[in-house]
Amino acid sequence: MPGITREEVAHLARLSRLELKDEELDHFAEQLDAIIDAVARVGEIAADDIPPTSHPLPLTNVMRPDEVRPSLTPQEALAGAPASEEQRFKVPQILGED
Amino acid sequence: MSDLTRLTAAETAEAVASGKTSAVEVAEAHLARIDAVDEKVHAFLHVDREGALTAARAVDDKRAKGETLGPLAGVPLALKDVFTTRGIPTTVGSKILEGWIPPYDATLTRRLKEAGVVILGKTNMDEFAMGSSTENSAYGPTGNPWDLTRIPGGSGGGSSAALASYQAPLAIGTDTGGSIRQPAAVTGTVGVKPTYGAVSRYGLVAFSSSLDQGGPCARTVLDAALLHEVIAGHDALDSTSIDAPVPAVVEAAKLGNVKGMRIGVVKEFSGEGYQPGVEQRFREAVELLRELGAEVVEISCPSFTYALPAYYLIAPSEASSNLARFDAMRYGLRVGDDATHSAEEVTALTRAAGFGPEVKRRIMLGTYALSSGYYDAYYGQAQKVRTLITQDFARAFDQVDVLVSPTTPTTAFPIGERADDPMAMYLADLCTIPSNLAGNAAMSLPCGLAPEDGLPVGLQIIAPTMADDRLYRVGSAVEAAFTARWGHPLLEEAPSL
Repeated sequence: MPGITREEVAHLARLSRLELKDEELDHFAEQLDAIIDAVARVGEIAADDIPPTSHPLPLTNVMRPDEVRPSLTPQEALAGAPASEEQRFKVPQILGED
Repeated sequence: MSDLTRLTAAETAEAVASGKTSAVEVAEAHLARIDAVDEKVHAFLHVDREGALTAARAVDDKRAKGETLGPLAGVPLALKDVFTTRGIPTTVGSKILEGWIPPYDATLTRRLKEAGVVILGKTNMDEFAMGSSTENSAYGPTGNPWDLTRIPGGSGGGSSAALASYQAPLAIGTDTGGSIRQPAAVTGTVGVKPTYGAVSRYGLVAFSSSLDQGGPCARTVLDAALLHEVIAGHDALDSTSIDAPVPAVVEAAKLGNVKGMRIGVVKEFSGEGYQPGVEQRFREAVELLRELGAEVVEISCPSFTYALPAYYLIAPSEASSNLARFDAMRYGLRVGDDATHSAEEVTALTRAAGFGPEVKRRIMLGTYALSSGYYDAYYGQAQKVRTLITQDFARAFDQVDVLVSPTTPTTAFPIGERADDPMAMYLADLCTIPSNLAGNAAMSLPCGLAPEDGLPVGLQIIAPTMADDRLYRVGSAVEAAFTARWGHPLLEEAPSL
């Protein structure tokens, strides 16, 4: 398995929504390369006929009745918001000017 | 009464129930202890003095009215800062949630309150529970009460340090790869990771949802069992909660007998990388189990050697998805909202400012492992290793009732030693990770001090899924025999702070 390049790490940072500085990228590239080299060992044993396990419990689609229940008030739900207005979360501009 | 902070939780509850002391006196004694020593230890991120005294007064009022008290009513507890607490800050050790006041209680928090447990405050932890030393906390490290220049384990180092420094007789941890058991091992305390799904994750800030499990931390096996029974049980608010009776862990702790039990020593957890003193104390614990009447055999679990790499693909993958919720829009930190940055830029600037290096590393590692072209080789392969580990456990538990191993390969290392070497840090969880991947139950309890450094060594006991009671049965027998041999509980050898 090839190592990870600084460019790939920069791409991962963008995908991860992390605005990293150049020196952070250098440092993380080196560390992630070493980590990926170590974890690549999982390729050594698992064969094609082994089913994957995603979860320790054999659960599927745990359902409950769709009933109205008490919940947070709008004030409580918005209490931790960085900004709010008219009982809504206020967010920075999402779309461009045009 | 003499020093109330030295009592076990069981003794404290008995003293409150019988009127030898009051819950308020107990709470005040612990708050005074926190005032006296926590400046040095830094176990707590937030002390809720008023809340603790209010809860204690409620217990005393109940008693005055002649109402029946629960088995832990009036006992103080240190709560890991990963569970939400209504009206009390919850930071998860991260700057991204600094100042956040949750509008709701986690199910675990609610259960503690209903049981009359007195929550003293929130304990320090590695940011988002990612780490093995508590050095990744954005609020500074916690010291190990045995030697304040050493790590108290992690991620739940605040909880383990609070116990070991007598700031609380009970604590709560969460164990995703060892974050309850490893801190217990290096501080000479008891920690249990219950079967996955035994304790509700509702209100537990998610790191890796298929691995995260809350559990009890204490200074004795019986205290851990009493706390286990308070926090475990089905919760409709957590769809992965097990809808089955909680194993009779308190009864098992009181029984404490290994006669006739079959116990397996995990062959893979020894040799290179294991400190000689850790191996020595572990061998002595195995010998003790034989003397107590257990039949001990060696068991090979060959795929366990792949548990660490599989874990460091699965946990970061799930984390990269779980931590996407920290987008600076609905709660927590927001950076760069000055009308010149788009929402997406604000998210990226906030996450860069609010997350520490280990969290960033794991988010990027998980993003990598899940990305197209790499998914099969990394995340997909790790899921297959997970199957093999589960099969190894199943084969082992066909032959034995429980497995044992050292909890950690080494004793507590100095603060700073592994801080910028992620791979060295990850090795601390070598022996604890398999049980997270398979979901079964495991405990760590003290088995002595390593001769070379005088620091605590942990014995890990591993039981099958939903057989958590076996941990307590074996743990209690080991604890009683060691305490008789040493003449006192191990923690009494810790230096006074």
